Amino acid sequence: MIAASFDYVEATSVEHAISLFAEHEDAKFLAGGHSLIPMMKLRLVSSSVLIDIGRIAELSYIEDRGDHVALGALTRHRELESSTVLAEHLPLLAHVAGEVGDPQVRNRGTLGGSLVHGDPAADLPAASLALGASMVITGAGGTRVVPAAEFFLNFLETAVGDGELLTEIRFPKRTGAGWAYQKFNRRAMDYAIVAVAVQLGQNPGIALVNMGSTPHLALAASAALAAGAPATAIVDAVLEGTAGWNDANATREYREHLARVLTSRALAQAGYTS
Amino acid sequence: MSLIGARVLRKEDPNLITGRGQFVDDITLAGTVVMAFVTSTEPHSRILAIDASEALALPGVLAVWTASDLAGLSTLGLPGLGRPLLATDVVRFVGEPVAVVVAETKYLAADAAQLVIVDYESMPAAASITAALADGAPVLHSVLGGNTVFDQPFADDLESDFSAAPHTASLHLVNNRCAAVPIEPNACLADWGPSGLTLWATFQAPHHLRNTIASYFGIPQDTTRVITPDVGGGFGAKINFVPEYFLACALSRTLARPVKYTQTRSECQVLMYHGRAQEQDVDVAYDDEGKLLALRVRVTQDQGAYPDPTGMGLPVLTTAMAAGCYKIPKVAVSWRNVVTNTTPVAAYRGAGRPEASYVIERIIDLVADQSGLDPVEVRRRNFIPADEFPYATHSPLAVYDSGNFAGAQTELLTLFDYDALKVEQARRRATQDEKLIGIGFSSWLEIAAFGPPGSLEGFGHLGSWESVQIRVQPDGSAIIYTGASPHGQGTVTTFAQIAAGELGIPFDKISVRHGDTATVPQGIGTMGSRATAVGGEGVRTASVRVVERAKVIAAHILEADPADIVLDGDGFAVNGTPSHAVPWSEVAWKSFRPLEIPADSEPGSLDITVFQQVPNFSFPSGAYCCTVEIDRGTGEIEITGMYLVDDCGTVINPLLAEGQVHGGVAQGIAQALYEGISYDANGIPQNSTLMDYLIPAATELPSYTSGRANTPTPNNGLGAKGIGESGSVGTPPAVVNAVVDALSHLGVQHLDMPITPLSVWNVLEEAK
Amino acid sequence: MSTVSVSITVNGERRTHEVEPRVLLVHYLRDVLRLTGTHVGCDTSNCGACTVILDGAAAKSCTVLAVQARECEITTIEGLAAPGEPFSAVQQGFHQEHGLQCGYCTPGMIMACTALLAENPDPTEHEIRHALEGNLCRCTGYQMIVNSVRWAADHPDGIVPESSDAAPSAPAMQGAES
Repeated sequence: MIAASFDYVEATSVEHAISLFAEHEDAKFLAGGHSLIPMMKLRLVSSSVLIDIGRIAELSYIEDRGDHVALGALTRHRELESSTVLAEHLPLLAHVAGEVGDPQVRNRGTLGGSLVHGDPAADLPAASLALGASMVITGAGGTRVVPAAEFFLNFLETAVGDGELLTEIRFPKRTGAGWAYQKFNRRAMDYAIVAVAVQLGQNPGIALVNMGSTPHLALAASAALAAGAPATAIVDAVLEGTAGWNDANATREYREHLARVLTSRALAQAGYTS
Repeated sequence: MSLIGARVLRKEDPNLITGRGQFVDDITLAGTVVMAFVTSTEPHSRILAIDASEALALPGVLAVWTASDLAGLSTLGLPGLGRPLLATDVVRFVGEPVAVVVAETKYLAADAAQLVIVDYESMPAAASITAALADGAPVLHSVLGGNTVFDQPFADDLESDFSAAPHTASLHLVNNRCAAVPIEPNACLADWGPSGLTLWATFQAPHHLRNTIASYFGIPQDTTRVITPDVGGGFGAKINFVPEYFLACALSRTLARPVKYTQTRSECQVLMYHGRAQEQDVDVAYDDEGKLLALRVRVTQDQGAYPDPTGMGLPVLTTAMAAGCYKIPKVAVSWRNVVTNTTPVAAYRGAGRPEASYVIERIIDLVADQSGLDPVEVRRRNFIPADEFPYATHSPLAVYDSGNFAGAQTELLTLFDYDALKVEQARRRATQDEKLIGIGFSSWLEIAAFGPPGSLEGFGHLGSWESVQIRVQPDGSAIIYTGASPHGQGTVTTFAQIAAGELGIPFDKISVRHGDTATVPQGIGTMGSRATAVGGEGVRTASVRVVERAKVIAAHILEADPADIVLDGDGFAVNGTPSHAVPWSEVAWKSFRPLEIPADSEPGSLDITVFQQVPNFSFPSGAYCCTVEIDRGTGEIEITGMYLVDDCGTVINPLLAEGQVHGGVAQGIAQALYEGISYDANGIPQNSTLMDYLIPAATELPSYTSGRANTPTPNNGLGAKGIGESGSVGTPPAVVNAVVDALSHLGVQHLDMPITPLSVWNVLEEAK
Repeated sequence: MSTVSVSITVNGERRTHEVEPRVLLVHYLRDVLRLTGTHVGCDTSNCGACTVILDGAAAKSCTVLAVQARECEITTIEGLAAPGEPFSAVQQGFHQEHGLQCGYCTPGMIMACTALLAENPDPTEHEIRHALEGNLCRCTGYQMIVNSVRWAADHPDGIVPESSDAAPSAPAMQGAES
């Protein structure tokens, strides 16, 4: 319930945040705090200093940039959920943001925070994979862009290195294309046991929640989708590359079954026809 | 004018809805320091060493105690099997406290607790009944030889009746271990100074705690005070004597500072005693018409690591109530209590009776299934008829007072269209993909209003009465003091309602005080659905006596005969002459003025104390139906309807009564579909946070549809039976019966709780 | 142990203190400001008993550091009723419809309901339940909480109509006995 002690500094800009990180040993960035603080309270994670980037105002925006929409990393889930720009051009993203946790979590949690945490059980990382997003990472050495498919490296480990910040996420527009998000959980506030995100149209994508140690882009199924294969073939391909396991919520067989059922339902809900 | 049956809003609300409630952690005394536990991470180990040096070196840390610092402080619970306040040489469950730290603030106490290093030597653990009873199982308490604390065998196992029976049905049932999860975890604040000890605790029985604390420390009761302020839910789990109360007092005495303990949720999941945790083997013999001929129930109760007195009594109640609403010629029961390397088990809403209703309502559904009879019809054929009360059962504890089980079932069937639902169920079964419908019934009853003389004494209480003191104030308002100890039930409102009608004093001029041993005469506490049935009756009888005395004074004022005085409007009048009247306020005022009352009267006579007893338990009953839909693709279960007919006898406040039912039903649904404390084979708890112990939110629960039945109890003048635990007794079998019904066409006859989508899917897969 | 100077406007009043960075907002409210109406019920951000309104949006104060709330505006349960008024519409709704029993989850529940109605003044039952998916109650079974929110939606000024049968002197209910 009570975290170990740490020091606290506030970053006023991205550059400031990066230089603060270089100044302090064992520092962590604090955005919305709704992934980090729960872990610190249970003393699963500790840090000698938290660098609060949560007030860097210029990191919170939703901008229509013609062929894509750019979101600042500190944009809160609730802003994604209620954005008219996203409702029109990226309805999958708006919807998935509304599925994260509960209203209080959505009021504080940020898109960037969720992506950098990189939890395979979280909703937005999977959505970013299905949508073919690009992550803009800024560090002392400059800025680089990493596609979502190369962003989630390992369990809770992303391409954002020590001292770097995820600053912007770019989503190619999906205006008018079908989409669906099928989330299976016990309680509405819970993480998904399994979830499937489907985005149709140009460069379609299918991504899975909780089917591996990272958020999972179902490459074979996405390729089958792009090739216009029958829904059954897409479902048959969706488990490729996944690594199921047994836990309190699901046996491996059940988890894989859910992935297939939810994929089938998502395709139908998105209005897919081969 | 009587307020019995009136939908009166609660006096308790204004403080609570404005954040002005006072829960233990809200209370601050000057100089308070904070106590925190160091708890065992091992289920069954020897403690080799405890190193507190780093913790003690932390600035702001006042003390670190282990068992060796507790000389003279005895164990809790059963003699010979007692639980030490801090583990001595052996820990017996994960979470058992091994040390306690005291620091200036809770942040420092948390830091200090992390710095205490404990060296364990692991031993094999037995974390389930099966493991504890296996050959060569590790023994938790060497004095027992094995892990069975007590075994009550069958007096007659009815084997010849079963052999001769036309048909039999059998089930092995697991009543899953649950955590009470009051939203307020445990907390206490002990202030032991030169003039005595005051202990604030979130507890359900302040006098019981006071008496026990005083006896434990060998101090007089008159200088020992216990206060139970606002209590954030109890559900039976805040009635157990757990080490924190005693340790906080001992530390306060030694440190000469007030000591506060506020439990975290993760601690609460392993430290607050669990409920249920029973396994049951049930057999019935029945004839071609589905009439039950014989019932045989064998209960095995998991007690956890240290048997608790109340926990030991759970299977006694289960076996006493095992025959439920039915007339069964022969009933045989037996039980045994087993220790395991888990959190101790004691009372949790229903305390032994949900387990009983589960047994009988599951087996009678199996009888229906095996005989091809409708489950409503099979029940109807076996109900105890409405004119056979009082009804003596196989158990001397259970003489049912009143009930109309067939009537409640009939009322239930008016709440929804059973026939149409069955037609739809059949139609969907014939399709490939449509969600399956299940309809589950539960005709249940339970034993409440604890209890007749001797009943609570058997659980260690001082008596089975409840105290009520009514004092009319000089201005005509009244204060009621009671040993009842509510934690959400609305007792203050209910008691004021009862008193208002009897006293003729307005509801708004009656206050009810509880939860402080300094101001309330002796008390027993709130548990076993007794507050209204016993305490409420005490309010009634005390009110009647106050009015008798008030009439003497009114007669004196009106120069009439007390026998001719009646309650009238806001006071008293001469019968038949309403203009010849005196207001209550004047009677009250004069009751204190010797020159204005009869010469042979004493001032202050409008002060009555009653220790209310009841001659017997009461038996609330009801008929519930749960309807579900099952998603064949995922196994997901959705409750589409929850129909509830409750018979608690007289309803004092229908709004509060319904609230109690809803809360119990919610916990019943949660037990059936969501909850279940689990330990792995090594005794490590698997769900000790609210992230993985699934308490449902509003999105997971249905709306409820209620009807009503009413057979008053003859056991008290109110006719009220109690209702606090009813929902949790009647609901789990209704839910399980519904899911089994949904899958019965696949040959499913039983599924253990909690029934999860995974367990449903496994069934669906197997059926393919 | 380093501290940070924190100024937060709570219930309309600007408060300033030195706090350790690790202090949770809920502990700052309870232990430093002595506003004990906001409660702690869990340690994994599930129960919602700690819900306050932070810059106009419901937030779980156990998952926010006090330092993160610098220069923010917070309303707690104590600040809900307008000055001179005893209860807000939501508070009155909980009273009218028995939306509380033990009262421990209630402040957080009322704050979450208040935030809901500010965004959606006429919610359906489904919308109410979903708005409360992060607030646990162990006493009520939630039906009466839903009824309480509907009462507040139907009576946004919080005024109890004259004809209501809520008065304690109401006659005994018909149908109390079958």
